[in-house]
Amino acid sequence: MWFASPDEVRGRLAAVDYLADDGIATSVFLAGALGKPLLAEGPAGVGKTQLAKAVAQATGARLIRLQCYEGLDEARALYEWNYKKQLLRIQADGEAWEDIFSEEFLLERPLLKAIRSDEPTVLLIDETDKADVEVEGLLLEILSDFQVTIPELGTITATRRPYVVLTSNATRELSEALKRRCLYLHLGYPTPERERDIVLAQVPELPGLLAERLARTVATLRGLELKKSPSIAETVDWARTLLALGRTDLDEGVMAATLGVVLKHDSDQSRAAKELGLPRP
Amino acid sequence: MSEPLLDRHVAFVGALREAGLPVSLAEGLDAARALTVIDLAERETLREAYAATLVKRAQHRPGFDALFDLWFPPVISDGPPEPAPDHAARPVLPNETAELRDRLAELLMGDPDDPAFRAFARSMVGRFGRVPAAGNRQSWFSYPVLRALSPQTLIARLLDAMLAERGGVPEALARTQISRNIRKFEEAVVSDVRRRIAEDSGIEKIARTSVPPPIDRVDFLRLTRDELARLRREVHPLARRLATRLTARRKQGRRGRLDVRRTVRASLSTGGVPLTPRLRPRRPHRPELVILCDASGSVAAFSHFTLLLTFALREQFTKVRAFAFVDTVDEITAYFRPGVDVLDAVTRMTEEADIARFGRTDYGHVFTRFAERYADAIGPRTSLLILGDARSNYQAPALDALRRLAGEARHAYWLNPEPRPQWDTGDSLASAYAAIVPMYECRNVAQLAAFVEDLA
Ligand SMILES: Nc1ncnc2c1ncn2[C@@H]1O[C@H](COP(=O)(O)OP(=O)(O)OP(=O)(O)O)[C@@H](O)[C@H]1O
Ligand SMILES: [Mg+2]
Repeated sequence: MWFASPDEVRGRLAAVDYLADDGIATSVFLAGALGKPLLAEGPAGVGKTQLAKAVAQATGARLIRLQCYEGLDEARALYEWNYKKQLLRIQADGEAWEDIFSEEFLLERPLLKAIRSDEPTVLLIDETDKADVEVEGLLLEILSDFQVTIPELGTITATRRPYVVLTSNATRELSEALKRRCLYLHLGYPTPERERDIVLAQVPELPGLLAERLARTVATLRGLELKKSPSIAETVDWARTLLALGRTDLDEGVMAATLGVVLKHDSDQSRAAKELGLPRP
Repeated sequence: MSEPLLDRHVAFVGALREAGLPVSLAEGLDAARALTVIDLAERETLREAYAATLVKRAQHRPGFDALFDLWFPPVISDGPPEPAPDHAARPVLPNETAELRDRLAELLMGDPDDPAFRAFARSMVGRFGRVPAAGNRQSWFSYPVLRALSPQTLIARLLDAMLAERGGVPEALARTQISRNIRKFEEAVVSDVRRRIAEDSGIEKIARTSVPPPIDRVDFLRLTRDELARLRREVHPLARRLATRLTARRKQGRRGRLDVRRTVRASLSTGGVPLTPRLRPRRPHRPELVILCDASGSVAAFSHFTLLLTFALREQFTKVRAFAFVDTVDEITAYFRPGVDVLDAVTRMTEEADIARFGRTDYGHVFTRFAERYADAIGPRTSLLILGDARSNYQAPALDALRRLAGEARHAYWLNPEPRPQWDTGDSLASAYAAIVPMYECRNVAQLAAFVEDLA
């Protein structure tokens, strides 16, 4: 049992400074209660990766992370044989053919590690959309029965199913089959009220009023037609910047001077400066 | 699960499918299982449990929410339906509206997630939303509610109340907050109107019309201003998604077909055994793009969006040149220099470019002028892309001029934002032009994205 109720999720995540809304609390609870993987999808910097980390931290579980990238393959995701070590063994002992396919020569990768883990484990499959489509087939297989067959060793079945979180930036659509297998959580930009609370959870030294002002400013920026909207991570960065500068208010001069923390494109900065009537730095 | 709940569950899942959500059998069962582990009295938990198990695309969420609100309404009007109202019997008192507007103003300055906010919207629908219909019947509308309270006209007052002085950043922030809250109020009104109609005449009847299509399926020609703004915010994410896919495809393309000669030659070093297959490198081809777009009022939204998208994708092409026209044509490439704010570019192009004489679209004249002035723009590596509805106000079509232009280009395509059944009606020259340049229906972002992906 991971969590007893959505309310408990909310409480325990808040204890590790992650603020859950109804959608997060309910889907995190259900993923545990139904034993299904949770797919968190949304733009960059809205707390997808952090969610998995927070679940692990809140439950005291071990976190195992599979970072996806273009070209990721089974050997990197699941397991591979330690070829060099095997060769060395054969050179040392010509009779060793029998035992070079044993535990000693197995290189465990995150998926296998999570399946064999006998303590409570959160498996984070991060940025799934970056991996090639073929990897989805592998994930689908593993996530349906949590077992792996290694021809030389036999079938290994999870004694304790890990709690699985997949994240995606939606740079491409994941396959229908994979989505069907998962519970789905869309993480978007929060309301200013929630974002203020998130900022205060991450940067507790910040004055409440300033946090509120930041959250509302960012909400206004997101309403402009920008190349890249500021993310929660950037709002938090902005808060830390102001704190480091010893600012307790966000007046127009400070805003103009620090806009680069949240807006990374030149044209976005000029658009924002124009719409908000800021002095150009 | 109790039987009434089970029935409701089945009907709800059915309605989602009917609205176009691809809910599989297994997902329906997941949802049913979820219902057994949550507290059903918590309405928002119930909503999120259904969403987590059944809604796997963000675009489907608004439609899902509308249906959820119908199947699991937040309140049920109590008592037997009131007798058909007699408006004369209950006139709106002059200061009644003023008081209600005061209350609304107060709520609009607060947090719209406050339960009082929605409760107020519901009571206002009860007060103003009922309209007598034929027979002894009644119906519900949001329009009279919004007209009576007129939230938009509260903006100035709210700004004065919230700000010590107008202007600058504080005003911009206050405006964001107010317009979001007004939008939430309008949505709450619309949602309660639907709930009441469902109570009076059954859910199924209203369900079919309640689900807005996902934004990428809304017709360009019918976009509201809000929708257009939402779409424009989607340009860059969409461009990024398309670019990722195109880059991936080009990379795959690079591992081209087997090159037999090189494979055999390479096999000489391995005693004739072809150990390493050699692949023919596929030339990554990035086309040169020339866009010729109708900027007249009828199709402006479509043209602007397509221009924004193309320039957001400019790295996918060797070169992009763009021309706009109404009844004459001008080059607009310079407005879209890299790094320039594309929205400004569109505005400047509309104001400054020399594209309209009399202001009525004339394709024939435009093709002729284009051939005279910019023939050099089109060469054997060019893909020519024409954007427009082919409606030419009954002017001569200049088919020959178009034929020459298309003949010079490597490829030519025409994207028409009108639904195919409307082609050739009235002053549309669709088929005549389509006989020269292949014409594609491009009514919404989904179709446009599919086309761009094929093109680049
Ligand atoms: N609900 C939340 N509660 C507390 N902090 C949050 C929350 N959401 C986001 N954050 C903050 O945002 C930061 C960025 O989140 P994270 O790195 O998880 O984003 P991401 O969605 O995984 O982005 P990317 O797609 O770029 O990987 C976190 O470190 C945290 O500070
Ligand atoms: Mg991440």
